[in-house]
Amino acid sequence: MMLRAIYDWVDERLDLTPIWRDVADHEVPEHVNPAHHFSAFIYCFGGLTFFVVVIQILSGMFLALYYVPDIVNAHASVNYLQNELAMGAIVRGMHHWGASVAIVMLFLHTLRVFFTGSYKNPREFNWIVGLLIFAVMIGLGFTGYLLPWDNKAYFATKVGVEIAASVPFIGKYIAIFLQGGDIVGAVTLERFFALHVFFLPAALFMLLGVHFILIRRQGISGPL
Amino acid sequence: MAHNPEGNRKQVHYVGDSRVRADRPKRYAPDYSEFPGKNEAFIPDFLLKEWMVAAVFLVGFMTLVMSELPPLGEKADPTNTSFLPVPDWYFLFLYQLLKYKWASGPYVVLGTVVLPLIMAAALLLAPWLDSGKERRPHKRPVATGLMILSVIAVAALTWSAEAEHEQQAESAPIRMPKATKVMAVDEQGYQLFKESACIKCHGDQLQGVNGPHLIGVGNKPGMTTDKIIEIIDHGRGGMPAGMFQGSDQEKRALAEWLMKQKQK
Repeated sequence: MMLRAIYDWVDERLDLTPIWRDVADHEVPEHVNPAHHFSAFIYCFGGLTFFVVVIQILSGMFLALYYVPDIVNAHASVNYLQNELAMGAIVRGMHHWGASVAIVMLFLHTLRVFFTGSYKNPREFNWIVGLLIFAVMIGLGFTGYLLPWDNKAYFATKVGVEIAASVPFIGKYIAIFLQGGDIVGAVTLERFFALHVFFLPAALFMLLGVHFILIRRQGISGPL
Repeated sequence: MAHNPEGNRKQVHYVGDSRVRADRPKRYAPDYSEFPGKNEAFIPDFLLKEWMVAAVFLVGFMTLVMSELPPLGEKADPTNTSFLPVPDWYFLFLYQLLKYKWASGPYVVLGTVVLPLIMAAALLLAPWLDSGKERRPHKRPVATGLMILSVIAVAALTWSAEAEHEQQAESAPIRMPKATKVMAVDEQGYQLFKESACIKCHGDQLQGVNGPHLIGVGNKPGMTTDKIIEIIDHGRGGMPAGMFQGSDQEKRALAEWLMKQKQK
């Protein structure tokens, strides 16, 4: 009763019901429901990708409580949160393995959409948005890899930037943009941190929003 | 009621204070009614099932997280010249591409720009390149075939990059650590080491005489007790096979002791 009264009070002012209807009030067809056809589990990969993204956001928020993005302290702070802090190894483990699992799930989801021909008219636009999401996720992986500031991170980034720099004409500008200077160093770490926690997630959220709105607008593709 | 000057008593309900009528005809997604069958409401029926899938997934994921600690190497040292760089696994196929003669040196543009651009463009333009109405994969053999080929190519490149990296990491000599003291000297393994032929080539302090030093051998990536036993049994490089004469049990004790040599 109390809840009902609160809902009514808020609803009177915000008119929630139509919004709720747009978000949640729809039916799911049989051919994507694994409870009816087990083979429909291939339709779960998109949702699972989003699930891993949520895990990444939450674990990343907690990592950011302790991580220090500068070359003197970065490695020590990761070492501390992994080896001294209660549950630190679990949270970092979720973020570390989640990064790989997200790529795997995204890859499987892309293959599902491709092989079921779901990118065809009228869903061309959502296919492109999905590929952009893939690109952003790859970018998150590349920038996140440097942050622990161990040898593996440092030299992988160095090689990655060298490869980007070998692109004709624009290569050296890409390298300077990524490094924030002439070498992989202090500014690079700060830059990758900012890209990893502000710029790329912002882009990801916008693209995910468009992706989901389009799915609601167009519905899931029909049975084969 | 400024917008309703006719005195029409019928109340018009808007979304918020916008001019969007709340009773506007709803545009149902085509899946709502077009596919007769066992449709289910998204909330709560289908969502509950999705949560079950997510729960199963989460159990597997947390098992992985708890069984494998995330690796953290030594603090980055730009002056370290012996470190073998390797990107994260999902970049390996691109990395491997650049090692082939036809995609490196003067042709590096092929590997860094041309091929990735072709792949990206093909994916982006897929809806227009494959624009027929047919959606079943076996009825559009070109698209399906090309995708299967690409997946196999990416998998093969990743595989060979991984194999090559492992080989390089194995054959690279261990960097001499700062601490050189032999560890776990009161164990049986050290006794066995001193009594057998090992000591002649690897030295009484593991410093290496004719053979390579073994200080810090336990830190070597991919090194395990079984791997050491395999090397003892079959030899490697200048090291002949079957140099250790003791029992299998002793051999294991020796290998386990060597794995404890984690000097840094």
